[in-house]
Amino acid sequence: MAAVKQTVEHVASLEKYKHGFVSDIEQDFAPKGLNADIVRFISAKKDEPQWMLDWRLDAFERWLAMDEPDWAKVNFPRIDYQDSYYYAAPKEKVGPKSLDEVDPDILEVYKKLGIPLREQEVLAGVEGAPRYAVDAVFDSVSVVTTFKKELAQVGVIFCSMSEAIREHPELVKQYLGSVVPVSDNYFACLNAAVFSDGSFVYVPPGVRCPMELSTYFRINAENSGQFERTLIIADKGSYVSYLEGCTAPMRDENQLHAAVVELVTMDDAEIKYSTVQNWYPGDPETGKGGIYNFVTKRADCRGDRSKVSWTQVETGSSITWKYPSCILRGEGSSGEFYSIAITNGRQQADTGTKMIHLGANTRSRIISKGISAGKSSNTYRGLVSAHPKAKGARNFTQCDSLLIGKHCAAHTVPYIEARNGQSKFEHEATTTRLSEDQLFYAMQRGLSQEEAVQLLVNGFVKDVLQELPMEFAVEAQKLVAISLEGSVG
Amino acid sequence: MLSISNLHAAVEGKEILKGLTLDVPAGEVHAIMGPNGAGKSTLSYVLTGRQGYEITGGGTTLDGEDLLALEPNERAARGVFLSFQYPLEIPGVPALTFIRTALNAQKKARGEPEITAPAFLKLAREKAALLKIDFDMLKRALNVGFSGGEKKRMEIFQMAMLSPRFLILDETDSGLDIDALRIVSEGVNALRSPDRAMLVITHYQRLLDYIKPDRVHVLAGGRIVASGGPELALELERDGYDRYARAA
Repeated sequence: MAAVKQTVEHVASLEKYKHGFVSDIEQDFAPKGLNADIVRFISAKKDEPQWMLDWRLDAFERWLAMDEPDWAKVNFPRIDYQDSYYYAAPKEKVGPKSLDEVDPDILEVYKKLGIPLREQEVLAGVEGAPRYAVDAVFDSVSVVTTFKKELAQVGVIFCSMSEAIREHPELVKQYLGSVVPVSDNYFACLNAAVFSDGSFVYVPPGVRCPMELSTYFRINAENSGQFERTLIIADKGSYVSYLEGCTAPMRDENQLHAAVVELVTMDDAEIKYSTVQNWYPGDPETGKGGIYNFVTKRADCRGDRSKVSWTQVETGSSITWKYPSCILRGEGSSGEFYSIAITNGRQQADTGTKMIHLGANTRSRIISKGISAGKSSNTYRGLVSAHPKAKGARNFTQCDSLLIGKHCAAHTVPYIEARNGQSKFEHEATTTRLSEDQLFYAMQRGLSQEEAVQLLVNGFVKDVLQELPMEFAVEAQKLVAISLEGSVG
Repeated sequence: MLSISNLHAAVEGKEILKGLTLDVPAGEVHAIMGPNGAGKSTLSYVLTGRQGYEITGGGTTLDGEDLLALEPNERAARGVFLSFQYPLEIPGVPALTFIRTALNAQKKARGEPEITAPAFLKLAREKAALLKIDFDMLKRALNVGFSGGEKKRMEIFQMAMLSPRFLILDETDSGLDIDALRIVSEGVNALRSPDRAMLVITHYQRLLDYIKPDRVHVLAGGRIVASGGPELALELERDGYDRYARAA
């Protein structure tokens, strides 16, 4: 209840998109456009070994032969892939560095965003408050990763992908592209060719990661895309909770964000992956600008009894195309997908999940809450499949859509394939309109219209919000409120 | 307290209230009775500011202030409370969360400090005991899966928690068995005070055995067509509304 109050006050004090500022930071760019030389440029900038460059060039060759997918329920003008920068980095030398060496202007950006980059600042908080380590990715590069030493003491590797390629090539070689193959899809393939940075996590057997890990993605440069690549490996019996957050300045042109996230869990391991996505959604009236968020996220539950849980709060981007999925390979492994997708203004979202049951007695659970307001369109697309060997597979899916106003749309597109007779799939779906009766009821009790909408929406998304780590649940709740500002009336 | 003068109101262009005049002074309980379609619920919605009810003439003041110019939440902050005939379900929002949010919104609007969590819980336990409401029920989503009687009891609980000054009860007795009716009535009677006033809208005289009105009015054809003491309710129970319906 305190959070609701906070939400209300927060909203009153905020502009529509509070992360829309641009920072004037000296940057290195690759020449505009995309060709094999650009791929070589990126690889060289990062001092990569030959095997990595070869991998990229192979991906680039394959990408040239592919076509952009058109099955999603989203509309946008053709992207000119030659009209973008594929590498933008703050002007500094590559390599690990201490926080004191990071450009103070960049530190200022993170301060403005409320992301703690100084370990002592995190530590200075309330006693007993959960701590979290941050990898800060600014445009194409990771600028700093906190708490690395403390994590290393228990054997957890948490660093930027560039560093992992240099320092832990055996792990990267073994796992990179093993969950999302190079040519899996158009955007993933593009990412494989030009990915710039991202986070790498390895949790050794039996280790429970002592703190939350998080990566904070910020697009700052103009006309540039962000192509990050994240790889998380949870070895036998380990556990890690990871959160990513994203923001970008308000710009009139569309910017492409094509990320790939790969998760691997071994026997009895668990990864909890949460996303709070707040990319600039574009102008609410004209639809101009905003991020194209075309992301491939997939988990491979390789080990028996392993578990992956995806939680996402998607409020930003002009277009979202994203299906965090689980391949349930290990016997008795389980996958969860909890999603809140909010579209307002002219936003379009086509998002959902895939639960691929390969192993026996695998379980999955999908809770999706879509909220559409303004003139937006919100589609849930989900696949649940059980292969012949996946005897005893179980899935429960619940898809709820909430419509606010009369000009928005919600769609639910479930695909269900059971290829054995011993699987049990349940699917429930509802679509409701935020009712004027409910609004009036809440207002009669003293809430303003905005407060009433927030309270009702918070009630609608509660099942998912409670899956987020506490710290972020409060943030997410605020974000939900801000995203729906002015959606009624 | 509340003063309604020559009030005309229309829904979708159709006039429902046709010159309603009524004064409810502080400290009094007034009952509004009348046949179906007389405009009883319309009156409660007009007083609380529901959308879609167009004021076509006349006016209403609460303590001299133009009530009809205010938003529904502003009226609530000034102490106007409606116990709904059909309370709404609020999925995912626990009853206590809902009520505390509402109470603090009202307090904020009045420039009062917010209630602290311990003080709120203490108040809630006290009022729940009074209305024989299981405290665990207050942790469930408001009205979701509640029986008709439970919903009505929850309305009175909200009323007790928000401590309004002008109370409108719209068919509060419908859906209540005799025990629940007694408990609810006791809750309402506990709120009677010299600085509060109530408007009890009911179809049947039964409720008035428990909540004794100071005045009874007959609403028919969008107007008050007769007024009297408590005996008028008994007369209506005996003779029906026919006479008044014809008069309207």
